[in-house]
Amino acid sequence: MANLQPRVRRTRRGDFELALPDVERQVLRSLPAQLRELMSTDDPAVERLFPPAYRDDPDSEAEYRAMVGGELRNRRLSSLEVMEATIDATRLDEKQLLAWLGAINDLRLVLGTRLEVTEDIYDQGIPEDDPSSLSLALFFYLGWLEEQVVQALAAG
Amino acid sequence: MSGAVSTAPVEVDRPSGEEVAVPDRPWVVIVWNDPINLMSYVTWVFQKLFGYSLEKATGLMLDVHHKGKAVVSSGPREKAEFDTSRLHAHGLWATMQKDV
Repeated sequence: MANLQPRVRRTRRGDFELALPDVERQVLRSLPAQLRELMSTDDPAVERLFPPAYRDDPDSEAEYRAMVGGELRNRRLSSLEVMEATIDATRLDEKQLLAWLGAINDLRLVLGTRLEVTEDIYDQGIPEDDPSSLSLALFFYLGWLEEQVVQALAAG
Repeated sequence: MSGAVSTAPVEVDRPSGEEVAVPDRPWVVIVWNDPINLMSYVTWVFQKLFGYSLEKATGLMLDVHHKGKAVVSSGPREKAEFDTSRLHAHGLWATMQKDV
């Protein structure tokens, strides 16, 4: 039977209990490195992590990118590092959980962009004979986990 | 903004009149709907970044979801740029423009 115990819970001490089964940690373990690797390429899905601030003004957009692009990139890489370093942790402080949230959300953005996700897929579920079923299952799992992280943080 | 040094008076290149007289219109930051970000996450981001109540943040999130977009903050250009970059840091699809 599936274990549907909450994965993330705020403790009385103000930090967070991370109750992830081993099988889920194994799934999550390699993801930060995969995204880091992808971010070093010009894969179009990575573009989703860096949307334009100015839609119709290339000059202002270039200035914006020059000003904040590096910082946004470093922030993302640092969240991936925190998730990697604490992948076996059973407790996380708030800062670490925020890094997990950022990393998981980025993973969903890139994966969802690759899968060309639309709002319909949430009703359709996972087709059995689709070659992307496994990626779609991972996408749904990450969303389910992220939902719990958000609930735990909001419960403060 | 350019870093170029010019010895010419700054007024020379400017069209006279109108532009100087009109006060800066404030800028607005718009968040657009996307099929990936979770509704709960978007609400939480609005609360965290802008200090909005749960009610206000939820209302804005629902506008994004149902109407396709919502103005989530406004102000001078620097503030709009800062807010946009924070939304981008959180993976939201945000743009900024002059209010019309």
